[in-house]
Amino acid sequence: MMRMQRRMMINRIVLGLSGAAATLGLIMLTWILGDVALRGMAAINWDFFTELPTPPGNEDGGLANNIVGTLLMTLAATCMSVPFGVMAGTWLSEFGRDSKLGGIIRFFSDILVSAPSIVIGVFVYLVMVRPMGHFSGWAGAVALAIIMLPVVSRTTEEMLKLVPHELREAALALGSPYWKIMPQVIYRAAAAGMMTGIMLAVARVAGETAPLLFTAMNSPYWMEGMNEPMANLTVTLFNYAMSPYDDWQTKAWGAAFLITMAVLLTTIITRLILRKRS
Amino acid sequence: MHGQRRSPQESVYHMNTATQSRWGDAIFRAITISFAIGILLLFVGIIIALWHESLPSIHKFGFSFLTSSAWNPVKDDFGAWIAIVGTLLSTCLAMLIAIPLSLGVALFLAELAPEWMKAPFGTAIELLAAIPSIVYGMWGLFVLAPIMSDYVQPWLADHFGFLPFFTGPAMGIGMLTAGLVLALMILPFIASVTRDVFLMVPQNLKEAAYGMGCTTWEVVRDIMIPYGKKGIAGAVFLGMGRALGETMAVTFVIGNAYHLSWSLFAPGNSIASTLANEFTEADSDIYLSSLVELGLVLFLITFIVLGIAQLWLKRGQQGGGR
Repeated sequence: MMRMQRRMMINRIVLGLSGAAATLGLIMLTWILGDVALRGMAAINWDFFTELPTPPGNEDGGLANNIVGTLLMTLAATCMSVPFGVMAGTWLSEFGRDSKLGGIIRFFSDILVSAPSIVIGVFVYLVMVRPMGHFSGWAGAVALAIIMLPVVSRTTEEMLKLVPHELREAALALGSPYWKIMPQVIYRAAAAGMMTGIMLAVARVAGETAPLLFTAMNSPYWMEGMNEPMANLTVTLFNYAMSPYDDWQTKAWGAAFLITMAVLLTTIITRLILRKRS
Repeated sequence: MHGQRRSPQESVYHMNTATQSRWGDAIFRAITISFAIGILLLFVGIIIALWHESLPSIHKFGFSFLTSSAWNPVKDDFGAWIAIVGTLLSTCLAMLIAIPLSLGVALFLAELAPEWMKAPFGTAIELLAAIPSIVYGMWGLFVLAPIMSDYVQPWLADHFGFLPFFTGPAMGIGMLTAGLVLALMILPFIASVTRDVFLMVPQNLKEAAYGMGCTTWEVVRDIMIPYGKKGIAGAVFLGMGRALGETMAVTFVIGNAYHLSWSLFAPGNSIASTLANEFTEADSDIYLSSLVELGLVLFLITFIVLGIAQLWLKRGQQGGGR
């Protein structure tokens, strides 16, 4: 009987600890999000979206060029990485499923997914920024695209694998060649899943800072094109938060709020779509 | 849009062009494989570019680059030791805090929580993982660091001050705070992967154990953890790989000082934070080359850790336990 009671007691203690850990996780989430929302919303007003940055000590001004810069670079990175990643994912799923090369590529892309993003920044600096002689929005977009690429290719692969084989056989039996089946049958069947994969990749790079530090750099002006140092929310957030000026720090909280909301909303919407389908 | 419905004539046309389509397929296959190989080439390209740029530093400092604690841009004398120690130390601290917590969270989500709680708690943990790391860093600097310097560090110094780890001025920023912020950041990663590992344990194994009268904890200890141990190890290494290379969450709170100390209160530096702070300021070739070599060292360390993580996760998926 003693033994039984001891076992029950240990059980209860462990269950309690585990529940406490989960609660702690939830408390931290609320705490961080609460701080970001409270301090961030204080900084957000109409000017925040429409005005250019101002020197410290000036309460006016906003981060309009940073918002546009982040959007532009994320869009360019998406345009670069999606065709590349979808093609690579197609090969991994359709042709290289059980091959040795497929295994090797899968292994290295999974490592690339979690590789330190700052090293990607250093790489792009060496192969793009230095030869070109200046920081540029394109270099920032390429760095972001490199980070997106393995995510897009692996999710594409997973989603294509979910498409039943009978669908391919049925289409092949009609005599259509593979290269026509892919866009007309398989991509269509997997479209929603592939879209969510792309959205998650976008959400991931939208908040990236490290790869932009030495590629896009930053700029207090409106951009005239992508071929020049480019303002972006995350690097500005870094500079402003590390500065000693109160009004810059306030704007940094505003930027943090904007980025966090964008990323979380994208993530939540994507998950809702995924859940609806499954 | 079109091509959805094809007239019989069109289908016949396609049969006649079977040879043509064989060419089409070959081309399609060649295009896709070249993109797939492109990922490999990218990986190789990153290593070659970093290696090539590191050469001046490798020639000048040789192997002692890794063990030298010098970092003097004025005299062009560089060593990676302090940054490597800082990277490993902050990661170790983060792992010490995050592993038990995330196992607890994963267990709760996979087995213990009542059914109605699983979905919202699971989503909350995944949202924690989605918050950009710079937000963690900023929150660490403005919210956590003052709490550390006002309450936590004085308390630690009062009660454990006889240990060399908890001495020195309580500044708020430093190794300990960096470890805490990192722990917070990787906790959701490890927790959600571990939860998926736990969910893969076959239901009948668990039911058999419950049927023998095991308590929940005994099922976890004797069935779920042994069955999923490779997957759990993979999840832990995945989190570790993230922590090693994390830049923004660390740079805000680590203190950015070239300084080795036994005290966890003291400011330090990690490889990633050194790169973030100094890369654009490197004014001499050897300075830049040394920074790139630091990046190469970081890339190789994370490569090993993440490689181990992948192997274990894959094995955990294939065979289950043992």
